[in-house]
Amino acid sequence: MNKICPTIEDALAGIEDGMSVMIGGFGGAGAPIELIHALVDRYKATGSPGRLTVINNNAGNGAVGIAAMIYAGMVAKMVCSFPRSSDPKAFTDAYLAGKIALELVPQGTLAERIRAGGAGIPAFYTPSSFGTQVAEGKPVAEFDGRSYVQERWLKADVALIKAELADAKGNLTFRKAARNFSPLMAMAAATTIVQASRVVEPGTIDPEHVVTPGIFVDRIVEVPNPAQEEALLREGAK
Amino acid sequence: MVVKLTNAQIAWRAAQDLPDGAYVNLGIGFPEMIATFKPEGREVTYHTENGILDFGEAPPAGEEDWDLINAGKKAVTLNPGASFFHHADSFAMVRGGHLDVAVLGAYEVAQTGDLANWSTGPGSVPAVGGAMDLVHGARQVWVVTDHVTKKGEPKLLEACRLPLTGVGCVTTVYTSLAVIDIVDRRFVVREKLPSMSLEDLQAVTGALLAVGAAVGDLIVPEL
Repeated sequence: MNKICPTIEDALAGIEDGMSVMIGGFGGAGAPIELIHALVDRYKATGSPGRLTVINNNAGNGAVGIAAMIYAGMVAKMVCSFPRSSDPKAFTDAYLAGKIALELVPQGTLAERIRAGGAGIPAFYTPSSFGTQVAEGKPVAEFDGRSYVQERWLKADVALIKAELADAKGNLTFRKAARNFSPLMAMAAATTIVQASRVVEPGTIDPEHVVTPGIFVDRIVEVPNPAQEEALLREGAK
Repeated sequence: MVVKLTNAQIAWRAAQDLPDGAYVNLGIGFPEMIATFKPEGREVTYHTENGILDFGEAPPAGEEDWDLINAGKKAVTLNPGASFFHHADSFAMVRGGHLDVAVLGAYEVAQTGDLANWSTGPGSVPAVGGAMDLVHGARQVWVVTDHVTKKGEPKLLEACRLPLTGVGCVTTVYTSLAVIDIVDRRFVVREKLPSMSLEDLQAVTGALLAVGAAVGDLIVPEL
């Protein structure tokens, strides 16, 4: 079994118009910049893939990463908890102009919906959002005297995530707080595509240290010295 | 003359109540200041939603690692014994009742403990982040806030007018004028500025204030 792809383009093959795409990262930490920009480049060259639903905690910052996808016009809908950032212009302008839809999900509910999607649990109850606008229209139930809101699983056609180490079997480790949503997204997507900062031989990652087991991963491409979104923004990237 | 507390002084006052050994989540912005004023000798472990337990102060300028940030996307450092985890585990810590204290800011707080802190209504981009999760699960939910809005309107009300973050969740409000606990759906004044009468405090509060056994003086250092 070898999940290593020779190029980013090979790794990204098969992403089509209208697909749902989970993208790892919290702010700049964990954003798979090279995968995202290869997809933006493909869209600019061929007009596809467009009309995407993008699932991420945020909705882009500055003009790189998810913001670049929005500026390119390839995102129809964002599913996120916090569509604000130090420079949220890309999303804010598109949203206020009615060019992009927003499904706002509390952060813990977003994480658990993705986890549930990967774990085969179609719905669950959470105390979060009970009695708020976010819960409107959702089933509510009482358990042991407290009220809870029913939330459904969230799956996607594709996940794009950034890992630190990967092996050909798909085992992954992450770097510091760049882990965030990525292990959950790897479970919840039909096809999980990983950019790894270093590809190592199977057995190099101690089984005790594997964070995402290879069964959740489909394709890996090595991207040494990857760009870091926050660092790019601070360097004045446009 | 009444001189209201600065945000730093409100944060200082809240910090004095941090229990020794507590696991604490400090909301983005104003609540983050509380860490600065943690009393000497008290051990507090800070949680951040994006997957770190036991993070420390900001690194010196130029030494930031942008994969090591808090929920406010600010660079942090790690204390010995820190750990990383993914988002589902992070919010299991939150909703599962494992945090002792969560501290948030507020637009409005109701005497029932309802909190409004995420949306000022139509016309803006809504953003909720982790607030709707944090208000459930932590054993105590504290709010730090000015006692009134910039226009001088009460922020402590019988019922919130703005969209709610959570229902019946706030346990204590640390304001620029008073420390107020929410007990049995009432605002109970624990401390107030000594320069202020209870009537003065009532006049800038949008719900009836109750008084416990005694009202202490809210005294903080110059900061």
